[in-house]
Amino acid sequence: MIQINALNKNYGSLQALSSVDVEMEPGRITAVLGPNGAGKTTLIKSILGLVKPDSGVITVDGIKVNGESQYREMIGYMPQLARYPENLTVMEIVDMIRDIRKSASKSKVRSASVDRSASTSTDTPDGKNRPSEEGPSAKREPGSPGSNGQAASVQGPGHDDAPDLELWERFGLDSEKDKPFRTLSGGNRQKVSAVLAFLFRPKVLFLDEPTTGLDPVSSSILKDKILVERDRGTTIILTSHIMSEVQELAEQVVYLLEGKIYFERSVSGLLEETGQTTLERAIAVKLGRRTEVTAETGGTP
Amino acid sequence: MILKILKYQLRDVFRSRWIIAYVLFFLVLTDVLFRFGGDGLRVATSMMNIILIVIPLASIILGAFYLYNAREYIEMLLCHPVKRHQLFWGMFLGLALPLVAAFAGGVLLPYLYNAASAEAWRSALMLVFTGSMLTVIFVALAYYLALRFDDRIKGLGLALVICLFFTIIYDGIILFVIYMFSSYPLEKPVLVMSLLNPIDLGRILLLLQFDISALMGLTGAVFREFLGTPLGMSVSVASLLIWLAVPVTAGFRRFLVKDF
Repeated sequence: MIQINALNKNYGSLQALSSVDVEMEPGRITAVLGPNGAGKTTLIKSILGLVKPDSGVITVDGIKVNGESQYREMIGYMPQLARYPENLTVMEIVDMIRDIRKSASKSKVRSASVDRSASTSTDTPDGKNRPSEEGPSAKREPGSPGSNGQAASVQGPGHDDAPDLELWERFGLDSEKDKPFRTLSGGNRQKVSAVLAFLFRPKVLFLDEPTTGLDPVSSSILKDKILVERDRGTTIILTSHIMSEVQELAEQVVYLLEGKIYFERSVSGLLEETGQTTLERAIAVKLGRRTEVTAETGGTP
Repeated sequence: MILKILKYQLRDVFRSRWIIAYVLFFLVLTDVLFRFGGDGLRVATSMMNIILIVIPLASIILGAFYLYNAREYIEMLLCHPVKRHQLFWGMFLGLALPLVAAFAGGVLLPYLYNAASAEAWRSALMLVFTGSMLTVIFVALAYYLALRFDDRIKGLGLALVICLFFTIIYDGIILFVIYMFSSYPLEKPVLVMSLLNPIDLGRILLLLQFDISALMGLTGAVFREFLGTPLGMSVSVASLLIWLAVPVTAGFRRFLVKDF
């Protein structure tokens, strides 16, 4: 799904990434780990096109990342720190993102197979929680391709164009929808971010410390959703400082150290190899920080 | 796509408190000047001196602050199928337009309800034109700085220095040059030096328009001799446009290749 070959990036004299080769497969959660400044963010931002690498090739679903923006249609991104225009309400932010996606896909020729008359009907049976109902965008452009996608959700659930509002509903964001973004708590901001990342059923999902600031209930709702997405065949890239979370979610670990891939292994393989029960310990052992481990097991170094 | 981004951008900016404060500032000031018995022409002259200091300062500081605060937002938008050039114009117009609208609205409203004469209106519109140009120029400079320097202390500091340089230090340098080389014919060098400062350009444009030689500073006096003509006007307007194009282009280019 994502292929990275010989990726290099320097910031002045600082080598952020040096000849990184990674492959991330669909239907699997890959955790990108490493100490601060190891190049995790640079790696993820390179795939997203935010950082322009000095050399190397990145392909996402066979499309080369070269400054074009269209490939990002299949990407969902949940940033570590969510900040949106302060004075917009939660609803407006969701509308805005949908608007932007809509006009981005307008440039492509879309199939006209969806019945246009159906797109004007907004009284969906389960429509009470749908942001689109209150959203000005839905009313303004009843015939636009995005609205067609919405209508398709009425006709057949699970259609790929229908926005995924499961998280919106489960997080209970309806009560927050008219609040300006600046008044939201950190946890609620994070929830909005999560909703936006999952909204378009992306093929590739980037989750940068997704559970930071979330309460345990919301956090497990999000984790459930992540696992569902994985089973749907989504490529998921996760970064986290909470190793138990990584162990719970991820199948594959890519460990970066000073801009290079230090190791790339499956979580189970890592545990087996090091003989540890937790990922945290396993990584510590793998990195050769044996002092505390030897004290525990009483062995020789 | 630019319009989509702009739409939400405008919605955000027009709801913020500082833009309301910005409107009120100009509104109250113009109103007070009218109340102190000035006719429209004299109000415009007084406003000129304030505008030439306040607008560059406000635009560059607000611009830099705004872009630094929007950093994560820009990153987030760039993860959607948005092209960088679209986002740049959306962000740029999204701040420059509200600032221009706030300033123009604040200044022109008192003219409206004081029923100013046609001549006063002409000077007021000239004032608004110059102020708008300065707003856009300094927002563009701010955007360039904010995109060039990731460290916001550095960027904001430099913005302040640039602003002070053009409002105060630059005129000091011109005076110094005139004083030092007083025995040489200096008209042309000083004229060229004035073209290199957008604030001086704005002042010259307005002074020429208002036709008030008594208020002219040194830079203005030199210009009066050379450019008190249609040619003079077009040269100074053209210089202002160049001043506009250069930072906008620089910021735009920076935005296209920047690592966020």
